[in-house]
Amino acid sequence: MSIFSRPAPANERPDPPPELGLPIIEIRDLTVGFGERLIMDGLELDVRRGEILGVVGASGTGKSVLLRTIIGLVHQRKGRVRVFGHDMGQLTPQRRRLIERRWGVLFQHGALFSSLTVKQNIQFPMREYLDLSESLLDEMAMVKLRLVGLKPEAAERFPSELSGGMIKRAALARALALDPEIVFLDEPTSGLDPIGAADFDELIATLQKTLGLTVFMVTHDLDSLAGICDRIAALGDGRVLHTGPLDEMKKQSHPWLQAYFNGPRARASHFYTQPAGGRTT
Amino acid sequence: MAIPHAQFAKGEAGEGIIRLDGSWDAAHGDALERLVAEMGEAAAHHDGALVVILDRLVSLDTLGAYLVFRLCSRLAEAGRSVRLEGATESQKILIEEVSFAPPPAAGDRRSLAPAYDMLSDVGEAVVDAGRDLSNGVAFFGAVVAAFGRLLTGRTRLRIASVVTQLERVGLRSVPIIMLISFLVGAIIAQQSIFQLRTFGTVQFVADLLGILVLRELAVLLTAIMIAGRSGSSFTAELGSMKMREEVDALQTMGLDPLEVLVVPRILALMIALPLLTFLAAMAGIAGGAVVAFFYGGVSSDVFFSRLQNAIGLNTFMVGMIKAPFMALVIGLIACIEGFAVRGSAESLGSHTTASVVKSIFVVIVVDGMFAMFFAAINY
Repeated sequence: MSIFSRPAPANERPDPPPELGLPIIEIRDLTVGFGERLIMDGLELDVRRGEILGVVGASGTGKSVLLRTIIGLVHQRKGRVRVFGHDMGQLTPQRRRLIERRWGVLFQHGALFSSLTVKQNIQFPMREYLDLSESLLDEMAMVKLRLVGLKPEAAERFPSELSGGMIKRAALARALALDPEIVFLDEPTSGLDPIGAADFDELIATLQKTLGLTVFMVTHDLDSLAGICDRIAALGDGRVLHTGPLDEMKKQSHPWLQAYFNGPRARASHFYTQPAGGRTT
Repeated sequence: MAIPHAQFAKGEAGEGIIRLDGSWDAAHGDALERLVAEMGEAAAHHDGALVVILDRLVSLDTLGAYLVFRLCSRLAEAGRSVRLEGATESQKILIEEVSFAPPPAAGDRRSLAPAYDMLSDVGEAVVDAGRDLSNGVAFFGAVVAAFGRLLTGRTRLRIASVVTQLERVGLRSVPIIMLISFLVGAIIAQQSIFQLRTFGTVQFVADLLGILVLRELAVLLTAIMIAGRSGSSFTAELGSMKMREEVDALQTMGLDPLEVLVVPRILALMIALPLLTFLAAMAGIAGGAVVAFFYGGVSSDVFFSRLQNAIGLNTFMVGMIKAPFMALVIGLIACIEGFAVRGSAESLGSHTTASVVKSIFVVIVVDGMFAMFFAAINY
C-alpha cells in the first residue's frame, strides 16, 4: 500500500472476492523493461483465490519485478494486470487505493519504518484506514504479533533492535494489519536458518488456512516450494516457463527446470522425503 | 457489504441470546466496538446463561473475531457462563487463533513534578555536552595518532581516496563559494559606499573591503558553506555506512576505519579549505571592486592603490592561517556525528543536522578565539 495515499472511505468495498479456485490475479501479455533491457516479454499468469503460488526463476529473471509490477511499483510497457477483476492500469487513483487496501506486501528486507516501534509499525495502516479506539488498536497490534509468533516484549522495540527472523515476522504482521485478501511475499525465508524458515513456512500455511488468504510468494527455498506451495510458476526468458504442482514441474523437459527441480540441492531437500504437493486446499 | 448488527434477546429457557449479524470486519471497526460495548451492557443486566450465535454472520476477520472473543471473555470474567454457537469451522479456528488475553496495560512511568523534569533535562543536557567534549577530544587524539602513523610511514596514505574527496569537497564547491563571496563582497561595498558618501570619502571602501574580506569574511563564509555542504555529506555517508555494518566490515578486515575513512576526508578538507578561502577572498574583492567602479564611481587606479596601502601580507595571512583549523573542526565534528548514528533513519537525520549546527557554531567560536589571539600578539 502506498503510504502517500489518503484514507479511502472506510465501509466501501467494491465487490466480493471471486469464488475459491477462480483467478484473483490475471496477468496477460505483460511486457516490462528498463531502458534497453526487456525483463518480461508477453508474460501470462493466473493466481487462483485461496492458493499459495510459489514463483521461482534464476536470478535476474524478474521475479521481484513481476511482484512489483502487480502491486504497481513498476510500470509495464504493455499488457494487463487484473486484480479482483479490475484492470489495474485503468483504475482511478481512488479505486486503486481501495484495491491496495485489500492486499499486504512483505518486502524482502522487511521495510519496517525504522523510526517507529514494532507496535507502531503494525498500527500504522490501521490508523490510516480504520477508525478504532486507542485501546483496541493496542490490543489488535498484540493480536497480530501473537498471530505471527512474536512475543509481546517485541512490541516496544525498534526494527534495528530485532533479529532477521523477528523483522520478517514483524513485517508480516504489518502486511496482515488490514486483513488483506492477497499477501505478496518477496523471499520470505531468505536469511533465516532452516528451523526458522520451516517455522515461517508453517506460519504462512496456518495463516492462509485460518484467514483464507491467497499467497503470492517469490522464493528460492526448495523446502517452502515442497512444503506449502499449491502451485509453482517458473519464470525464464521473460515469460512463464511452466506452472503446476511440484510433481508436474519435476517432469518438465526444459533444461533449467530439470536443473532446478532435479538438481543435487533439490534431491537433498525435502522433495524426496515427504509426499510432494500433499497439502490440499 | 452488510452493515454489522447485534441483538440481545431472551430465549425460551431464560438464557440471554446475543445474535450477531452482518459483516464483522475491520472496515466496520468503529461500529463493531460500539456494538460489543452495547451487548456487554445488555448482557450484564441479564442473569442466567448467555449464548452468542454467529449463524447470520456474512464475514468475519481477525478484528471481528477478536471482538467476539473479547465480548465472551469479558462476560466470562464477570462470572457468567457463555457459549458460542453457529460458528463455521473456519470461524472457530479464527477465533481460536486470536484468543489471547491482553496483558494489563503497563502504567505510565509516574511523572514527577514539572520542576524535577526540567532539572533532570538540564542535567542530562549538561552531561551530554560534557560527553560530547570528551568524545571530541578522544576522537581528535585518535585522528592525530593516525596522522602520526601516516607521517612515520607505518601506514600508507590512500592517495586515490584523498584525491576523490578533494574533488568533491574542493573542486565542486568552487562555483557556489565564489558566487556567494562575490555577492557578499558587492553588498558590503555598496553599503559602505552609501555610508561613506556622507563624509565624501568613498575611496576608503577599498580599505574597508580589503581588510574585512581578507581577515574575516572569506574564511568564515567558506567554512560555513563547507560545514553545510561537505560536513553534512560526511556525516550522512559515514552514518549510512555505520547503519549497514560497512564500518564493522572494514574493522574485521583488519583495517582501521579511522585511517580508511576519516584521515582522507580530514586531509582533503584541510587542503581544500585554504584554497577555497583564497578563491573566496579574490571573488569577494572582485565583487566589491565592480560595485566601487560602477556604483561608487571610484576609478580603478584609486581603488587598487588604496587597496595596496591598506592591506599587508599579515592581513592576508590572518585569514589563511585560520582555514586549516576550521577544516579540522568541521571534519572532526562531521566524522564524530557520522559514527554516532544508530539503526534508524531518524537517527541519521538528527545526527546530520547536529553535525552542521555544531560545526557552524564551533567555526564561529574558533574565529572569535583567533581574533583575540591576533589582537593580543598585535598581528
